[in-house]
Amino acid sequence: MRIEWLLALRFLREGRAQTFFMLGGVVMGVGVIVFLTSLITGLQRSIIEKTLGTQAHLVMRPPDDEARRIIKPDSSLAVSANIERRGQRLRSILQWQQTMRELEARPEVTAVSPLVSGPSFAVRGTATKSVALMGIDQERYTRIVPMSSYMKEGEFRISASNAAIGTDLARDLGASIGDKIRLQTADGRNETITVAGIFDVGVRDLNRRWVFITLRSAQNLLDLVGGVSSIDVTVRDLFKAELISERLAAQTGLTAESWMKTNAQLMVGLRSQNASSYLIQFFVILSVAFGIASVLIVSVIQKSREVGILRAMGCSRRRILRIFLLQGGMVGLVGSLFGCGVGALLVTFFAKTALNPDGTPIFPVVLELRMFLVAAGVATVTGIFSAAAPAVRAARLDPVAAIRNV
Amino acid sequence: MSDTTITTPVLQLTDVRKQYGSDGVTTHVLHGISLTLQQGEFTALIGPSGSGKSTLLNIIGLLEPPTEGSLVMQGYETGTMHEDGLTRLRGQSIGFVFQFHHLIPSFTALENVMMPLMLEQGRQTPLQRVRAAGLLERVGLAGRMDFKPGKLSGGQQQRVAIARALAANPPLILADEPTGNLDTAAADEIFKLLYEVNQESGTTFLVVTHDPRLAKRCSRIIELVDGRIVS
Repeated sequence: MRIEWLLALRFLREGRAQTFFMLGGVVMGVGVIVFLTSLITGLQRSIIEKTLGTQAHLVMRPPDDEARRIIKPDSSLAVSANIERRGQRLRSILQWQQTMRELEARPEVTAVSPLVSGPSFAVRGTATKSVALMGIDQERYTRIVPMSSYMKEGEFRISASNAAIGTDLARDLGASIGDKIRLQTADGRNETITVAGIFDVGVRDLNRRWVFITLRSAQNLLDLVGGVSSIDVTVRDLFKAELISERLAAQTGLTAESWMKTNAQLMVGLRSQNASSYLIQFFVILSVAFGIASVLIVSVIQKSREVGILRAMGCSRRRILRIFLLQGGMVGLVGSLFGCGVGALLVTFFAKTALNPDGTPIFPVVLELRMFLVAAGVATVTGIFSAAAPAVRAARLDPVAAIRNV
Repeated sequence: MSDTTITTPVLQLTDVRKQYGSDGVTTHVLHGISLTLQQGEFTALIGPSGSGKSTLLNIIGLLEPPTEGSLVMQGYETGTMHEDGLTRLRGQSIGFVFQFHHLIPSFTALENVMMPLMLEQGRQTPLQRVRAAGLLERVGLAGRMDFKPGKLSGGQQQRVAIARALAANPPLILADEPTGNLDTAAADEIFKLLYEVNQESGTTFLVVTHDPRLAKRCSRIIELVDGRIVS
């Protein structure tokens, strides 16, 4: 064993109480960080998962209809600058099949699904409800939103006559599996469908409004024959959705909206949660560092005689420096290993005890190797850094004074 | 020891002065000390307390620099050397025996004796263990090798310190009142041991003592009074 290591270890072993206090500080600090990180990561993942459970990562729509000036303004002619915006009518994406093929060919895109959506009324007996028609290609759509997993009754099987509606709509209309519902649009087109499945996506508004029918039925009802109103896309890297959406919009000439923009509030929430968690972690690390530094300073003073003897025996200043830096590093590393254990235990215990009424954990916890490695690395570096001041002090000790002070 | 050290003195001090304190109050501790130690000498350094014995010993031990004058250790002029060089030279050339032994309490007797070798080589080796064990046997502590210093008597601790001073085989051993806190019988034995080692290995010894009885047994006596050598 190298002499620095040997001396560092012995000094740590000899100063039992001090080492214990330093280790305790690191264990608690790392424990808190691990606990916090895994909890927040878990929470954020589950929020994002829930949010994206009913959404595509990004949605491509035709560009907005714009009012154009008929007269070009020039120097001799003043033209009113007040141009009224046009109402946006339901339009199809031009050459959507080709656009879809292009999107599918991109490596960052994992699924593409066409959608024809528009307003309608659902009528059953005397009940009339306003709904959103969702004309889909079942196979493609389920790759984006896992509808089959949301089914409460029946199954998600969309065909010419079979449709799926949400639980709340079913209740409002008094409809159950096998019942017929008439869909009617504002301009009088209508079609009758049979309820083949009832879903609960976890969002009441969607449960009340979504009616899944085939692409063709929706095209007929909404007078959009052969067209689609939007294309849903999922991408490989969730958090690159915004970037990709900008790129796709520029390349296809369509408008693209990512889930991050659609859920801007959520993103702000997640970001500020991250920021506060980083802040807490930073101050936890700082206080652990102060703890190590103050204990080591005392230990340097107590060990000054030994340091003096070592210096007299030909131990260089640099070696003394290393001995104390190593002590900090060892405390950091060993403390963080225990701290990871403590944090992991704590968070699993927490996840096991805090349960929803149905037995699922309230806080979905994420324990990742990467987090442990980062925690251990940060703690070790913190240990070394906080040992810097004591180590310099030890290295500067005057051996004569140190030996004389018995 | 190699033969070349016979021609080169182990240590040569020329007109060494030391003063403490800056602006205003300065205390002159040493006033022009010139001194040569040849290989194999067993020298006593005596003098009343406050005469500058310890300061002189620290300067010779390269633990503090003289204010003026030159110190040549083994042919190396130390005045121009830097901290690192001095530390290395100290490790190779000088063994210390302190009054209060100054062993490292968290290491066993054997490890304490190995310490100078470990510091020199940067790591622990089995060979060091063999040499340290041999030295401890020589000082009569064969059965106490794995004891921590706290479990040893004062005389035994001082024996460990002597073995440690010998470990790196330095040409010069400085002993600062090695028998200062021992009873007469133990002091006699320690002194005898030092003298024997000197005879066996030809190592130069400079022993600070205030015990004239012991000093008389040395081959040379240097008396220091008020920072000057008087005899």
